[in-house]
Amino acid sequence: MTNPLIEVKNLKKYFSTSSGMLHAVDDISFSIDKGKTLGMVGESGCGKSTTGRALLRLLEPTGGEIYFEGQDLAHLNKKEMRKMRKELQIIFQDPFASLNPRKTVSQTILEPMVIHNMYASNKERQEKVLEIMEIVGLAERLVNVYPHELDGGRRQRIGIARALALEPKFIVCDEPVSALDVSIQAQILNLLKELQDRMGLTYLFITHDLSVVNHFSDDIAVMYLGKIVEISSADDMFLKPMHPYTQALLSAIPVPDIHYKSERILLKGEITSPIEPPKACRFANRCAYAMDVCTKNEPKLVQLEPGHWVACFLHSDEIEE
Amino acid sequence: MDKPILDIKNLVVEYRTDDGVVQALNGLDLTIMPGETHGLVGETGAGKTTAGLGVLRLIASPPGVVVDGTIILDGKDVQQTTEKDMESMRGYDVSMIFQDPMTSLNPVMTVQDQIAEVYELHENISHDKAIELTHAMLELVGIPAERGNEFPHQFSGGMKQRVVIAIALAGNPKLLIADEPTTALDVTIQAQVLDMMKQLKKEYNMAMLMITHDLGIVADICDRVSVIYAGRIVEQGSLEDIFDRTRHPYTEGLFNSLPNLTDRQQKLKPIKGLMPDPSNLPSGCTFHPRCNYVMDICSKENPPRVYRGESHYAECHLYNEENIMKGGVIERD
Repeated sequence: MTNPLIEVKNLKKYFSTSSGMLHAVDDISFSIDKGKTLGMVGESGCGKSTTGRALLRLLEPTGGEIYFEGQDLAHLNKKEMRKMRKELQIIFQDPFASLNPRKTVSQTILEPMVIHNMYASNKERQEKVLEIMEIVGLAERLVNVYPHELDGGRRQRIGIARALALEPKFIVCDEPVSALDVSIQAQILNLLKELQDRMGLTYLFITHDLSVVNHFSDDIAVMYLGKIVEISSADDMFLKPMHPYTQALLSAIPVPDIHYKSERILLKGEITSPIEPPKACRFANRCAYAMDVCTKNEPKLVQLEPGHWVACFLHSDEIEE
Repeated sequence: MDKPILDIKNLVVEYRTDDGVVQALNGLDLTIMPGETHGLVGETGAGKTTAGLGVLRLIASPPGVVVDGTIILDGKDVQQTTEKDMESMRGYDVSMIFQDPMTSLNPVMTVQDQIAEVYELHENISHDKAIELTHAMLELVGIPAERGNEFPHQFSGGMKQRVVIAIALAGNPKLLIADEPTTALDVTIQAQVLDMMKQLKKEYNMAMLMITHDLGIVADICDRVSVIYAGRIVEQGSLEDIFDRTRHPYTEGLFNSLPNLTDRQQKLKPIKGLMPDPSNLPSGCTFHPRCNYVMDICSKENPPRVYRGESHYAECHLYNEENIMKGGVIERD
C-alpha cells in the first residue's frame, strides 16, 4: 500500500430502526492504491453496497474518515463535496432502474457535463458524448434512442458512459454485471478492465460473485455483517483463505468443471442480527471452530502476513476495543 | 431400457402479440429418464422457462400457442389430457419450483397450511393428518417442525425456497422441474439448498429438469445436459460430453465467458453480439451472427443434427459424421 488514492478509516453507517440501531457498516478501514481494484465481497445484507454509498457520501456516514488524495471527504460541506463528485463516480447494479427513462442516451451522458460546466460549448460537449459512446462500445446511431429500446448489456454501457463523462479518478462499481447474462457479463468486465488500463482508473468493485471478483481485483476484502473479516491480495485470498467464513464462502462457489472436486463447507446456524449486535465475533454462531472467547470478545483485524489481514481468534488474540 | 418419464418431441411454441410473433420454442426435443437429472442451460429469453411451463400445460394462452409437437409425460400426452386430469397430474406426476421464493408463497397463509394443502387435495385426508405429514416434510427439508405455523415473511430467502421445495415434494412427483431454484440465493445458502436437493433426489428416486444459466450448478448436480439457444437444443449429451467434449460453438462460448478460478490473468472471451430478437430470428442457424466459425451455408440452411455417439449431438454445419468423432473446433483452456 504505497500510493493510496482512497483511504477509509473507521467508516461507520448505522440506520435507525424501530428495534434499535442497525449497524450496516461497523468501523471498517481499507485503502485502494491508484490504478488498482479492491474487490468487496459478501452476501446480501453484509453492508457492501452501503460501504460504497457511504464512501461517496450518497449516504451520510455515521462516523469515520474518507481520504481521497489526502482530503477528508467526510468533513467537506455540501458545496465542496459537489465539486468533488466530478472525481468520484458510481455504476449501479440494475441498468433498468438507474437510467432516466425520459432521457435519450446522449442526454444521459451529457447531463453530468452540463452540471459540472465542462467544456466551453455545447458543440464540444456533443463531440465528447460521441467519443465516450465509442469508447464504451455504443454505436453512434443509438444517440437518440431511449433506454427502454435497449437490452441490459447496452444499458449498462450507458451507465458506464455516464460515469466516465466527468473523467473521474475513482469509480464504485456496485454489482455492475449481476443483472446480465454470462456472455454479456464477460463483455462488460472486459470493457471495465480496458478502461482501467487506458485511463488509470481506480475501482471499488462490489459483488457477491466470487469468480468475478477473483478475475477482476488486485485486492479483495470479505465482509460479514458490517465488518471486514479478511483482506488480502486476490491470489492470497484464493490460495490460503484464513477466516472460516472466507473458507466457507470460497468452497460454496459452484465450479464449472466436472473434474474439480472439493469438499463444501456447509454453514449452519442463524445469522446474527445486525441490530445492536453484541461485542462478539459476528460469525461465531455459524462457525465450526467457535471457541468460548468468540462469543465474549470481538476479534480485531490484524496483519498476519504482509498485506494479509484477518479478524479471527484462531489466528490472533487481539481484541477489538 | 426404461420408459422415459418425459418425452418432448419437436415442440413449437409462439407468443402471438400485437407487436409480432415471438418464436419462443422452435422444435425442442428433450427426453428425461426416471431418476435422471437433466440440466437445461441457456441465457435469458432462450425459452427455458417456456419449456418447463409447457410440460405442466401452464403456458398462458393467449398469447401463447403450442403450434406443433408432443409432450408425453409418464406415458400421457399432455396436450390431449382433459383439464381435470391435468389438475391431478400437476403436483403428483410433475411439480415445478420457481426462481423467486418470495413470490411463489401465499403471504397470508402459514407455511404448514400451504404444504398441508397439497396432501389434502391429493390424498383426501383430514387436516390434522395432513399437518402431521407436513411436519415430517419440514424436517426433511431442514426446517424445524415448530416453525410451521409461522408466515413466509418470517423466513429468510433460503428457508422460503426450502418451503417451496417441500410443497413441490409433498405430492411425491415423478418429475420435478426446478426453474433457477437457487439464483435468488446467496452462495452459502445456495450450497445448502443444492446439497439438500441432491439428497432428496436420491431418496425419492425422482427425475429432475434443472433449468439454469449457471454451468457450475450443472457440473454439480446434473447427469445429462441440453444447451438451448433461441428455442432449440443446439447441443445435448452427458455431463462429460458437454464439459469435456464440447462441440457446439455456442456451448464453447458459454464456457469461455466464465472467469477461470485457477488462472485469474486469463482474459475473458465473450460471445460477440447479443441474443437475437425472438420475433425476428436470423435465417439458417440462429447462432450464425455471433459465431466465430461462421460459414456461407450457416445463414442459408438450418444446421443438421450430427451425432457423436448415441446420446451426444450438436446442431452445427461445422460437423459431419466423421469429423465430429475427432476433436472438435474447440480449443478450450
